[in-house]
Amino acid sequence: MSDIKLTIDGKVVSVPMGSTVLEAARKVDVHIPTLCHLDLHDTKMVNQAASCRICVVEIDGRRNLAPSCATPALDGMVIKTNTIRVLDARKTVLELLLSDHPKECLTCAKSGECELQGLAESFGVREINITGKAQSTYRKDVTTSLIRDMDKCVMCRRCETMCNKVQTVGALSAINRGFEAVVSAAFDLPMGETVCTHCGQCVAVCPTGALTENDATWKVVEALADPEKVVVVQTAPAVRVAIGEEFGQDPGTTVTGQMVTALRNLGFDHVFDTDFAADLTILEEGTELLQRLGKFLAGEKEALPILTSCCPAWVNFIESQFPELIHIPSTAKSPQQMFGSIAKSYYADILDIPREKMVVVSIMPCLAKKYEASREEFAVNGNSDVDLVLSTRELANLIQRSNMNLMDLEKSEFDQPMGASTGAAVIFGTTGGVIEAAVRTAYEVHTGKELPKIDFEELRGFEGVRVAGVDMDGFMLNIGIAHGLGNARALLEEVRDGNPRNIHAIEVMACPGGCIGGAGQPFHHGDGSILKKRQSAIYQVDREMPIRKSHENPAITELYEKYLGKPCGHLSHQLLHTEYAVKDKV
Amino acid sequence: MSVKTDLTETKFNELEAYMETIPVKKGELIRVLHKAQGIFGYLPEEVQKYVAKKMNVSTAKVFGVVSFYSYFTMKPKGEHDIAICLGTACYVRGAEKILDAIKRETGIEVGETSADGKFSITGLRCVGACGLAPVVMVNDKVYGRLTADMIKGIIDNYR
Repeated sequence: MSDIKLTIDGKVVSVPMGSTVLEAARKVDVHIPTLCHLDLHDTKMVNQAASCRICVVEIDGRRNLAPSCATPALDGMVIKTNTIRVLDARKTVLELLLSDHPKECLTCAKSGECELQGLAESFGVREINITGKAQSTYRKDVTTSLIRDMDKCVMCRRCETMCNKVQTVGALSAINRGFEAVVSAAFDLPMGETVCTHCGQCVAVCPTGALTENDATWKVVEALADPEKVVVVQTAPAVRVAIGEEFGQDPGTTVTGQMVTALRNLGFDHVFDTDFAADLTILEEGTELLQRLGKFLAGEKEALPILTSCCPAWVNFIESQFPELIHIPSTAKSPQQMFGSIAKSYYADILDIPREKMVVVSIMPCLAKKYEASREEFAVNGNSDVDLVLSTRELANLIQRSNMNLMDLEKSEFDQPMGASTGAAVIFGTTGGVIEAAVRTAYEVHTGKELPKIDFEELRGFEGVRVAGVDMDGFMLNIGIAHGLGNARALLEEVRDGNPRNIHAIEVMACPGGCIGGAGQPFHHGDGSILKKRQSAIYQVDREMPIRKSHENPAITELYEKYLGKPCGHLSHQLLHTEYAVKDKV
Repeated sequence: MSVKTDLTETKFNELEAYMETIPVKKGELIRVLHKAQGIFGYLPEEVQKYVAKKMNVSTAKVFGVVSFYSYFTMKPKGEHDIAICLGTACYVRGAEKILDAIKRETGIEVGETSADGKFSITGLRCVGACGLAPVVMVNDKVYGRLTADMIKGIIDNYR
């Protein structure tokens, strides 16, 4: 496309035709403030509501100020972004927004991360001169994962774009009119009663405190303070490459050792790793894959494809949106749930305590994990396998609350036996990782040969849908990978409508980038490059691990020898597998 | 206006037949909702879910449209719908007092239907009879140049 030239604040910039004024300005480092606008290039999330008007600029020859996010850059335009007229208009916009916004920053979960608060601060808004009609108030909606406090909504509708366009879940819509207008669910139902998958990506993009996670930090503090309880913690793979950001580290800094020390200092009795359970998942899911592959090769064509089942938002999605495919996901529980199940059976036996005396806490990059832990089937006599789930952000907050700076801490190692893991486990944290880990094990078990090369570059990357063949010593195993639920929908529809590419195994992660982009991770504030840095860090951790295949994890071998018997055996089925049910929701 | 509150299969079939006449569904949601309200008399949750499924859009989106436009209603209208004009001309000639009297007589608010299904009140903007302001329509009959004390007599006609 041809380039056009325009002048912004005296700087001449050349951009491709079709660019917006905002994009052109960013190219010459003129940072026009935005609020409703959000463009996450890699995940194709573009919210261009142009509703907030904070990004207005003055264009020579035009009578009115123009919203830069939605105004096409034209050849010869002369634009000023910081005249007194522009600044006054932006300040008025802010005052209008704040006139209908609760002034409770001190007790707001988003304080310090709020984009509206940031703007109010930078514009020096000290009082709001706009009074009049009382502010809009709505019922607060609390689920196990999220809290929706629409009093704090600025109607940017980023959540709606994320939910409907990117994730294609369709749980949210703007409803009603005027002061009653609000983003909500069908029939204004509580989110828990809708098709909401709890993926939490709405929380990840909300500029204010309207959408936040359901914070469990004080419950964890209480459990840690209870002398009667043995508190066990597990940390998901994606947490270690992101939590450093909350302590000023560059994205992609790995802080596993410091995190382990922090957890020990917080008072957890046993600091374990979800990666251990990820290796266990590979043994179970990999065995199931090979069993189903065996049936498939014997002529039972409907035995494949198999879908991964680690991602709880993905499981929710398939249960409510693809009833006709409910039989194809692996029955293996997710690593979080396998961990809880083994901790409260095998490990409780080792400690010689009843399961009720143990509290299992998870540190997850995810908000859907909070929901998953609360599912009825993941409990024994009402005692949940996983009791409490904290997001990466909540753990960072808890560490800060407990007078520690993560980066000042010495590194230390996970406890044994449930802290032992391999490189195959850590890559569960990124799109493509679960299936790569499965292939590393499935190849060696299926062929009886050692893998010529551990790294499956063909399964990696950031494309929304990827399909690649893996040579299983003569049989070409076709693998499909999708991240983001919209991409998953496209891949699932392809499978449902005849599976023309003969895909045998599919990995889905609900969040863009996989767990590294989970809704519990430090806020990216629109900078998609952060996800790629976290992804690189994950692969770096994998490369540095002494063991990189799940079936070579000695602690897993011991678990099978001493307790479980064999993968997909009787006890495994009881403890490590689950079933899915169609959920008819709106 | 007759009471059309039952969600019979015949009505769903009628709606489906109508939808089948629309070749491209995208962008036709409002048209379909108009038809649906014409068939059912109102748009209860079941109808909205049905439309969403058939039109391949989310129920949230359908509800978003239904809740936005005042024309659409999720409550069945009464056997006799009392439509009161709240447009400028009627308003300045005392429509609010008329409305208060209607509310008092029927015990319901605008947008509601009485428990016995007899009456509902609909607020309108200008029925094009400003010369008769303030104006009320009961079903298809127009009553003009009203005063509050005339309301009881009019409503009693329909009890």
